[in-house]
Amino acid sequence: MQTKRMTFPGHWLPYALLAPQVIITLIFFIWPAGQAMYQSLLREDAFGLRSTFVGLENFARLFRDGAYLNSLSVTAVFAIGTTLLSMSVALLLASTVNRMIRSRSTYTTLLVWPYAIAPAIAGVLWWFIFHPSIGVIPYVLNVVGYDWNHRTSGADAMMLVVFAAAWKQISYNFLFFLAGLQSIPQSLIEAAAIDGASPIKRFWTIVFPLLTPTTFFLMVVNVVYAMFDTFGIIHATTEGGPSQATNTLVYKVYSDGFVGLNLGSSAAQSVILMAIVVALTVVQFRFIERRVNY
Amino acid sequence: MVENRPWANFFAHLMLIGGVALVVFPVYIAIVASTQAPGDLLRGSLPMLPGSHGWENYKAMWSTGLSRAGAPPAGHMLWNSFVMAMAITIGKLSISLLSAFAIVYFRFRFRMFFFWLIFITLMLPVEVRIIPTYQVVADLSMLNSFAGLSIPLIASATATFLFRQFFMTVPEEMLEAARVDGAGPLKFFKDILMPLSITNIAALFVIMFIYGWNQYLWPLLITTDPDYYTIVMGIQRMTSEENPQWHLIMAAVVLAALPPVLVILFMQRLFVKGLTETEK
Amino acid sequence: MASITLEGLKKTYSGNVDAVKGIDLAIEDGEFVVLVGPSGCGKSTLLRMVAGLESITDGTLKIGDREVNNLEPAERDIAMVFQNYALYPHMTVYNNLAYGLKNRGFKKDQIEERVQTAAKMLEIADFLQRKPRQLSGGQRQRVAMGRALVRDPAAFLFDEPLSNLDAKLRVQMRVEIKQLQRRLKTTSLYVTHDQLEAMTLGDRLVVLNGGQIEQVGTPMEIYARPASMFVAGFIGSPAMNMLPLDYLHGQGSGALLHDLPENTDIVGIRPDDMLLQPPESAYLQVDATLMLYEAAGAESHLYVQLADSEQPTVIRTSGQPPVSEGDTLAFYIARDALHPFNSASGKRTGD
Repeated sequence: MQTKRMTFPGHWLPYALLAPQVIITLIFFIWPAGQAMYQSLLREDAFGLRSTFVGLENFARLFRDGAYLNSLSVTAVFAIGTTLLSMSVALLLASTVNRMIRSRSTYTTLLVWPYAIAPAIAGVLWWFIFHPSIGVIPYVLNVVGYDWNHRTSGADAMMLVVFAAAWKQISYNFLFFLAGLQSIPQSLIEAAAIDGASPIKRFWTIVFPLLTPTTFFLMVVNVVYAMFDTFGIIHATTEGGPSQATNTLVYKVYSDGFVGLNLGSSAAQSVILMAIVVALTVVQFRFIERRVNY
Repeated sequence: MVENRPWANFFAHLMLIGGVALVVFPVYIAIVASTQAPGDLLRGSLPMLPGSHGWENYKAMWSTGLSRAGAPPAGHMLWNSFVMAMAITIGKLSISLLSAFAIVYFRFRFRMFFFWLIFITLMLPVEVRIIPTYQVVADLSMLNSFAGLSIPLIASATATFLFRQFFMTVPEEMLEAARVDGAGPLKFFKDILMPLSITNIAALFVIMFIYGWNQYLWPLLITTDPDYYTIVMGIQRMTSEENPQWHLIMAAVVLAALPPVLVILFMQRLFVKGLTETEK
Repeated sequence: MASITLEGLKKTYSGNVDAVKGIDLAIEDGEFVVLVGPSGCGKSTLLRMVAGLESITDGTLKIGDREVNNLEPAERDIAMVFQNYALYPHMTVYNNLAYGLKNRGFKKDQIEERVQTAAKMLEIADFLQRKPRQLSGGQRQRVAMGRALVRDPAAFLFDEPLSNLDAKLRVQMRVEIKQLQRRLKTTSLYVTHDQLEAMTLGDRLVVLNGGQIEQVGTPMEIYARPASMFVAGFIGSPAMNMLPLDYLHGQGSGALLHDLPENTDIVGIRPDDMLLQPPESAYLQVDATLMLYEAAGAESHLYVQLADSEQPTVIRTSGQPPVSEGDTLAFYIARDALHPFNSASGKRTGD
């Protein structure tokens, strides 16, 4: 990694400048991560008095545990659902806004602000409008004969959290798609129009392929978002239920550790999550390079 | 391009208005709900227009809160959120600026080691190391304090990278001219580099403020004293009550969402810049 | 004001890349010396070593009587004008000029006086409260000069300061730099790759190639007696034509060529020295076919192919001679206009 062609001489100054960042990183990041790894190899007895070294037993147990495997698939469904829903709505809106000239910035302003809303707040909002007894939407659904109840139906609960998570992420995806669309040279689209392609054909044969780098990038970002940043949505609404139907991996680390006080298992889950983050980060950086070089 | 299809434009506007409606809908419902009288919400059908009890609901929420549910007045929680968000934002910006400056403008032993050390924090979101981090903060007696709320969250690889990236684009000659002009490292940082970075700092400020304001899990864990509740986590305390007071909760939701939404609306240009550049 | 002395100055980058391979040069007090050479010849590195922006691997650098090898740029009492000006974009012109003085602890009224004097001299007094981005390229260039001027340093260092200007402005600024330096008599070291700029500005030129000095001398000394084929090709435009000695022998000019210095196997002829009329002194004659006729107003360039040769050759002549493309012409070269070289060593013979 480069520095400037010319640098300042200094023996202690660079270390002093780095010190605050490094100290905080060591105390609050590296040390806890190390602790998680260490604890993932231990098991505490029922009273939390003694712990014994059990090797990889905690990991082995997790992968035999139906609840954990269930959480894996819940997370996958949640992440894929959120990503697809949020990205397709955002792409539709972005490509429509991109057609506009005078109203573009007005629509953009009207569409970007949900980014500011905390996941937990988004969860509460959607929880409220889908509330089985006082919510607006169940009332409407009832008229068409669907009995919505996210307190008893796992599918309803999953849809609820996907809606809340996707709703909040639309603005982010929208901004990146809009930026991607605006970086496509107008001359390419004009050339396709002269070649006789209809607007819809132009979109699928010219615009969409050129957006591929943005799309890939957003896919990774959305999966990361759905996996790690949506704790608040789950916690403020379904709390993983009903009967584990929305118990995502991140929520399970918390509930097993803080509520169930099963530290060894919770630590092992943390370690697995860290591995997933590392993998996703690597993928993300790969795609960013691709994005730049496209 | 000459494309004169009025119906296509009409359709496009229709779709966008639909999109905006979809995005606004939940918040509109919250505003409607927050202006109803206590009983109105429980009748089974929510009115579609705002009611007339907005003032008293917001006033009650602001100054009294829901003490039965263990939530202090919203005014106090908003203040806590503000202090936490500002502490996180200013902390992140300061330590990131300093470390990016060290990494770009100095050559020293273990430079790469430190770079990777900071980089790793990118891979350790608080959610995945929640229990051991809680233990560290508990051991340092930082539970129920603003220090505990903010300091563990201020290390930021993202901001460090962004500033590093930006510093690399500052022309080499800026530093050379400054040195010929007799400026040492700290003078250069203060007189040249900081003023040049001001838009980047502002853009990142917007993103970080929203990030800080919206913290949920962390305050939930380390605050047991209602004096330190932040608004975002406080709302969860209210909803988990037996008979949630939805008209008041929705008033709190609107109050909690308002500051960061206003920040985005008034600083949209900086927000977009901050968002798109942190992800590069 | 001071002299600058370079003794065996070397720069080796990591990986054993020798950018500057031992330079000896003495610049007198008040002298204007131009470092000229193609890109990658080490001229900028050398200038930056003098400025203190690059470390010195070996050798000694003195400004005045002081050895400054390990001094910070700010302690060397030099001022520098950068290629892209390096103006601080967030400061007004006034503050750009004042920054170096402030850092040196000058009093407010001293700063005011110096800035005003420099601004007047450079005719930028009207822009002092503007930001650099509100200025044109030429005005920025003046501000960059002003920043060097206010310091009243022992030496000015210029790193290709005119290369970002358009052609017309470049000529104008060249004249102004020369006049300014004459007036202030500040020792100046100036780097350029433009041989015309070098010729017109310098009291002395230093032609560099591959990290070494090819030749040092006044512009006219170098033009009249280039010490190597490299210098011959680099200084003067269009470049000097090089003809193998054997070829000239073949054209029946042997009688005039036997007194050329020993080891000469190639001779250089400036495009101006190939004449359409025979000169009064002893001369050679060469026949050629005119391939391309370039009329450029006061002068014309004739691109010809010499008889029995593949070699492209350029002739410069004043006005527009009455010849046309495809004609076979006779050219006359005064015996004294030949520059003898040895192609193996690349050096001028007989020195």
